[in-house]
Amino acid sequence: MQALLDILTNHREVAMSLAKIVAVLAVLLPMVAYSVLAERKLSALIQNRVGPNRVALPLIGGIPILGPFLTRLGFWQPLADGLKSFLKEDFTPAHVRKAYFWLAPALALVPAFMTMAVIPFGSFLGRERMVLADLNVGILYTFGIVSLGVYGIVLAGYAANSKYPFLGGIRSSAQLISYEIAMGMSVVPVFMLVGDLNLSKVIAYQSDGLTSWLVFKQPVAFVIFMVAAFAETNRLPFDLPESETELVGGYHTEYSSMKFALFFMGEYSNMIASSAMMVTLFLGGWTLPFFGLNATPNEDGAIWMGLAHIGIFLAKVMCLLVVFIWVRWMLPRFRYDQLMDLGWRRFIPLGLANIVVTAVILFLQAKQ
Amino acid sequence: MIIKRTELSWLERMYFPTLWSGLRVTARHFYDTLFRGGRVTMEYPEQRWTVPEGYRGAPYLVKDAEDRTKCVSCQLCEFVCPPKAIKITPPGPAVDPTTGNVEKRPREFEINMLRCIFCGFCQEVCPEEAIFLMKDYSLTGLSRKEMIYDKEKLLSLGGVHNDQIRKWKKKEAEAASQEAFKPE
Repeated sequence: MQALLDILTNHREVAMSLAKIVAVLAVLLPMVAYSVLAERKLSALIQNRVGPNRVALPLIGGIPILGPFLTRLGFWQPLADGLKSFLKEDFTPAHVRKAYFWLAPALALVPAFMTMAVIPFGSFLGRERMVLADLNVGILYTFGIVSLGVYGIVLAGYAANSKYPFLGGIRSSAQLISYEIAMGMSVVPVFMLVGDLNLSKVIAYQSDGLTSWLVFKQPVAFVIFMVAAFAETNRLPFDLPESETELVGGYHTEYSSMKFALFFMGEYSNMIASSAMMVTLFLGGWTLPFFGLNATPNEDGAIWMGLAHIGIFLAKVMCLLVVFIWVRWMLPRFRYDQLMDLGWRRFIPLGLANIVVTAVILFLQAKQ
Repeated sequence: MIIKRTELSWLERMYFPTLWSGLRVTARHFYDTLFRGGRVTMEYPEQRWTVPEGYRGAPYLVKDAEDRTKCVSCQLCEFVCPPKAIKITPPGPAVDPTTGNVEKRPREFEINMLRCIFCGFCQEVCPEEAIFLMKDYSLTGLSRKEMIYDKEKLLSLGGVHNDQIRKWKKKEAEAASQEAFKPE
């Protein structure tokens, strides 16, 4: 204990890193919970329904207008959902492979959290950079970690030891490998333009106003990245691993209570992570080309500016989450061959062509 | 019938028309639900169906306009009831002076709502028009015992039936006229 305190007092960067990790998790976990609520509420509105509107807290529910309004909004629903998953029976079927069965949910969730480490979610707060690890190989790290996420799903399918989860796991591995390639292809032109793999540099490149945002410079790359992100997070037009109409529940058929909740949280934190990635790569990160919010504050810059940048980043991520959610209730599921066709025969050639065209343009610009 | 499958155009194979129409449909529903009252959900315990005329809900006993139990304990409904949900305890030889000229009334009348199948035979068979299938369709209780409705409960739920015929009133009048009849 004394040693730990010594480290924290003598090594400021360790203490600050720990504080930042706690802060990021404290924002991320409620965001996961509330994106589930947003999913349910938006789907309800799209389908002419009401959505969650019952959960009320004893004291706050009694406040005249606010209480009923929050209840109507389903604001406390995530609490009830979370409590439910804790209290449900954690059932392990007799036929599963126990060790893998216990390992898989953790493996599904951890990579989703780890991707958040390299994403710059703000500029400076005081003298502290608002990124957990300012890696020079940020994007490579992300790709490495994201592709680990598939192990959780494949392992869940294998551990369940029954046919539908197994099919789900197999589909997931095929799908993730295919779209990982398209995703990798799509970001190459981005880094050709920026000239650096560090994500903070990517944001610095985009801080010259709206036209410098990479979504406008590389629209094709953005589209490919976005579609691939849908596939990687198993979201609806590509949710073949889950595919409840044909595979019962896909890879998490045999799971219940908190283990199922971990898969569920993994899916949503993956959504948040890839939204954050898209914001960083294409939508200017924490910058905003109005009110002078583009400028990187110097080391002793105003604290409100740092807070504003974090707010901008979160707002952009939330907009993308709404897109994720909206698309789920808009498009039917792809057939498996269509999915493979789209990945291998459309997006990979398109990504390659995009790289070549960008290279030629950059070459011509350099010659002038 | 052979359906001719048309070749998809270049644009259609790029999924763009599908994306656009999907966005249009969902956005329209979203807008309708949010701003134009397009919500179709009925929030059940607070809002309820108004059931149509002639709906066969729970059977209750009724009183007549003079606040008398119409049932005369003939036990026809008990006899006809297919699931044997009705149990009537007849009054026995004791005469109730408060009932006037009505010869009999049930000492106890129980309907087990867990057994009742809402067929309406009791209403059909009743010679006194004393039992009716009303519009209640959601009967709930915390125990099986609670779901056996006794006479007081059935009467209070059933209310008053304003019968035009007034059989027992007529009989009373007839009896009175018999008394008053003086053969010359």
